[in-house]
Amino acid sequence: MSQKEIAGQTIEFDDEGYMVDHTAWNREIAAVLAQEEGIETLTDRHFDVIEFMRKEVAEKGTAPSIRRLNKLNVVPTKELYQLFPGGPAKKAARIAGLKKPEGCI
Amino acid sequence: MKHLVILGAGTAGTIMVNKLAPVLDSDEWQITIVDQHETHYYQPGLLFIPFGIYTKKDVIKPKRDFFPTGVEVVFSGIELIEPGKNQVQLSDGKVLPYDYLIIATGSRINPGETEGLQGDGWHRNIFDFYTIEGACGLAHFLKYWEGGRMVLNIVEMPIKCPVAPLEFVFLADWWFTEQGIRDKVEIEFVTPLPGAFTKPRASKLFGDFLDKKNIKLTPDFSTGSVDAENNKIISWDEREVPYDLLVTIPTNMGDELIARSGLGDELNFIPTDKHTLQSKAHENIFVIGDATDLPSSKAGSVAHFQADILFENLLSAMEGRPLRAKYDGHANCYIESGFGKGILIDFNYDTEPLPGKFPLPGIGPFSLLEETKMNHYGKMMFRWMYWNLLLKGSELPIESQMLMAGKRV
Repeated sequence: MSQKEIAGQTIEFDDEGYMVDHTAWNREIAAVLAQEEGIETLTDRHFDVIEFMRKEVAEKGTAPSIRRLNKLNVVPTKELYQLFPGGPAKKAARIAGLKKPEGCI
Repeated sequence: MKHLVILGAGTAGTIMVNKLAPVLDSDEWQITIVDQHETHYYQPGLLFIPFGIYTKKDVIKPKRDFFPTGVEVVFSGIELIEPGKNQVQLSDGKVLPYDYLIIATGSRINPGETEGLQGDGWHRNIFDFYTIEGACGLAHFLKYWEGGRMVLNIVEMPIKCPVAPLEFVFLADWWFTEQGIRDKVEIEFVTPLPGAFTKPRASKLFGDFLDKKNIKLTPDFSTGSVDAENNKIISWDEREVPYDLLVTIPTNMGDELIARSGLGDELNFIPTDKHTLQSKAHENIFVIGDATDLPSSKAGSVAHFQADILFENLLSAMEGRPLRAKYDGHANCYIESGFGKGILIDFNYDTEPLPGKFPLPGIGPFSLLEETKMNHYGKMMFRWMYWNLLLKGSELPIESQMLMAGKRV
């Protein structure tokens, strides 16, 4: 656990840098987290993805998979990889203030 | 008469029918099991076919051999599950009403999900080994291959038996050595995971094995498409890996029936309570094995451990008692590492694979997270156990809940 001062708020993060309380999220926090992930500016397309993920978490309790984002025409998989290079599911979740996606084996 | 219907007679469905038939009163309950195929495949055996260790006849038996008496067996496709009407429609239009339904329809590969994968290269120099056709085709191909770049790629997670791809490259390293052409073969392991495996200690161990066996690891590679004309796989972020022989684990999905019935997620896996194995949407539907969306391995050992839990919870539900048995995510995998040795891992939702002895703490005979000859014998013996004990629902000397005894933290 760690704390960071962002936009006048004290925000708590877990050991892997994901926000503990997603309700404390706002766009200014997203901008700071995006910079940490190497994304200079968040565009409207980024926010289409982020807002949709947050909506699904609020309604269903779990973040959508890459496949679901593609299927529901939120964002094609190829574009998602361009928007969040390196690891879209994890990066987008972190910037959206959500938990780390649950992996499975 | 009340009706219990089981959909699917693979590993999970067959174990369940064998556990339930002896205890449900046949004056009260009619048990029906439905499957479209008459042949049971010993799926762990498919891995050995490409290397000529097993042939087709070593991994198949008629499903009929494994059904208890007094159970209605229906060999038919299934058109639709209708939870609102508590009934199942078969392909021929026949309707099966149910009081309780167990869905055990499994998971299968779906190469059509990846652009270019099923094109000209499919079963020419691109093979899967998760189907009997793929495994036998690959065996034939390897017999005549003189070497080149062999790429093993996992298209996306989750997949059935997540250790099988590692076993495949370990065995390939051994087999090419035996054939005297190891120096003419480059082996590359391409995975969407950040390392050789997911859990940290196992991932490190398997990563070291890949190194030692001169197998190149390419992590974080999510396959977007296959260019079969130019023999390369291309990731979503436009990296390319060339191959001469591609051994692929295509996208795994639940049965199309699940999508038709509106019961699944994007991969046709059914949202299921990870502890009770009850469907999240319908109280009288239970789900077991690969058909669930649980964050556990899709593997026979998992189906076997879940069967104990589902057995208890289904009887509780039938008698109006709360569902007390809890599945803990327990999985147990024998991993062939080549040259007559194997590695064993034992883990659950919360505990990653750890070193130690198994199943008897301190004694073994098997060693966890360690490479031994005994672990390999365990794997080879398992086929007999599978046909003779496991499918018949007999007790095995392994607890369904994972034990910490014998493990070193």
